[in-house]
Amino acid sequence: MALTSNRKDSVAVVGVGMTSFGKLPDHDATSLGIWALRNAAEDAGLSLADIDGLCFHRLADYQKFVQITALSPRLLTVNPGAGRMLGGTMQIAIQAILSGMLDIVAVVYGNNGSSAGARYGGKGDQYGTSADQLWFPYGMSSPGAIHAMAFQRHAALYGTTTNQLAEIAMTFRRHAGLNPHAVMRKPVSREDYEAAPFICEPLRRLDYCLINDGGVAIILTSGERAKDLKQKPVYVRGFAQLSRLAQGELPEDFGYATMQSVSQRVHEMAEAEREDIDALMIYDNFTPTVLFTLEGFGYCPRGEGGSFVEGGTLALGGELPTNTSGGHLSESYMQGWALNVEAVRQVRGELGDRQVRDAQLVQYLQGGPLSTSIIYGSDQP
Amino acid sequence: MNAYAKPLPAINEQSRPYWDAAKAGRLELPRCDHCGAFHTYFEPWCSHCGGEGVHWERLSGRGRIWANCRFHKVYFSGFETDVPYNVAMVELEEGPRMVTNIVGLKHDVLDEMPIGMEVEAVFDPVTPEVTLVRFRPSKRTP
Ligand SMILES: [Zn+2]
Repeated sequence: MALTSNRKDSVAVVGVGMTSFGKLPDHDATSLGIWALRNAAEDAGLSLADIDGLCFHRLADYQKFVQITALSPRLLTVNPGAGRMLGGTMQIAIQAILSGMLDIVAVVYGNNGSSAGARYGGKGDQYGTSADQLWFPYGMSSPGAIHAMAFQRHAALYGTTTNQLAEIAMTFRRHAGLNPHAVMRKPVSREDYEAAPFICEPLRRLDYCLINDGGVAIILTSGERAKDLKQKPVYVRGFAQLSRLAQGELPEDFGYATMQSVSQRVHEMAEAEREDIDALMIYDNFTPTVLFTLEGFGYCPRGEGGSFVEGGTLALGGELPTNTSGGHLSESYMQGWALNVEAVRQVRGELGDRQVRDAQLVQYLQGGPLSTSIIYGSDQP
Repeated sequence: MNAYAKPLPAINEQSRPYWDAAKAGRLELPRCDHCGAFHTYFEPWCSHCGGEGVHWERLSGRGRIWANCRFHKVYFSGFETDVPYNVAMVELEEGPRMVTNIVGLKHDVLDEMPIGMEVEAVFDPVTPEVTLVRFRPSKRTP
């Protein structure tokens, strides 16, 4: 049977671990990954030696990793450091468990982007097909510029405003203020937003995610095995992914059709509707992405993302608490992974001041032309 | 004479016709031999129909601004004194979209180059080998 349902033997997250976030110049990406995995193993009550599969994302030095951890994985993969590869990395881990090939798999992410001076734009940037010939000579580069253009189109079509973007930046920053782990915790006002310099107009610095160092690890196992472990299992109730680039980086529907397909499949697998979801974790590389993602996943009508986020909809205590950690805009840019940890911890109910009360189902959403969604839940399907 | 400091295209055999045409003041793009889709990449395979093989065709050079932004951050050497500068995606009347700059604006602000505005190609020789295709507000616009 195709893995369109996980009813047979669901997969559970049994351990999560993170490094501290910020500038960590004594660590490379691999070292950050080891640090995170050690924390995740401790969280799970497992020893490193219990882990029989390693799926790396961004951190590339698998040799150093496996040597220092003295692991003997029966699955070892490395995905390159684009946030969009989170989906594929998780798919490998989930399928390895569902197929019965492996017992305990860790997905491990390490990012020393701040200390290594990572730039998202300029020579060598991965955005844009034939960019070295058809973009760079015009000064065109960077994911930020693509999102600035996408926002401009959204504004022209639907009347969306930068005031509505400010709402997102302010809301997530307020959440980060409740998260001792977050890099940026000082509240921002509308005036602060408007005083922030343009990076690629109309987007300002506060529309952009952070660049920082850090690592994240998530340990997964079968629902069966999870019952005997230390933490209350958090089940991967639904998973779906779709990668489409035939229209390039800036599809004319903002990725809507792609996200609709992912949305339909993830809810179907989870046997849960949108109304059942208690909190969202949205891949917020830029503020406009949040609007496109809410629309693409059907949380608001198409074109109405801007007005939807007004009035505290995404705030803790609001209708749809989103990015309770502060997200990429304010907590940490861990290319989706820290948001997945936040989702797991919301379901566990261990987040104190920023806990969404009685969170049973939390959905991770990654929008755009390459889209992933995961629904985490407290019960097996 | 100052050396041109901005990025120049790494012209290869597949893309040379594009740059040769631009140098001669023509906008040409590869067009699929099978379905007629224009490509804005230079590999011979069609993302539209899956066919292989392209020929080169001249386009009118007329189109509309499809998306716009204005860079305040310098990502490439040579742009230090240009910031803030605009970048647009222009949808040509034949369909394909190209990244470009809009020239011939009074104040060079986004309000002067709204989405939907009619534009036409101008050919800007930046080095003896390379001519960039930029766009200016259409003369047909009243
Ligand atoms: Zn074709």
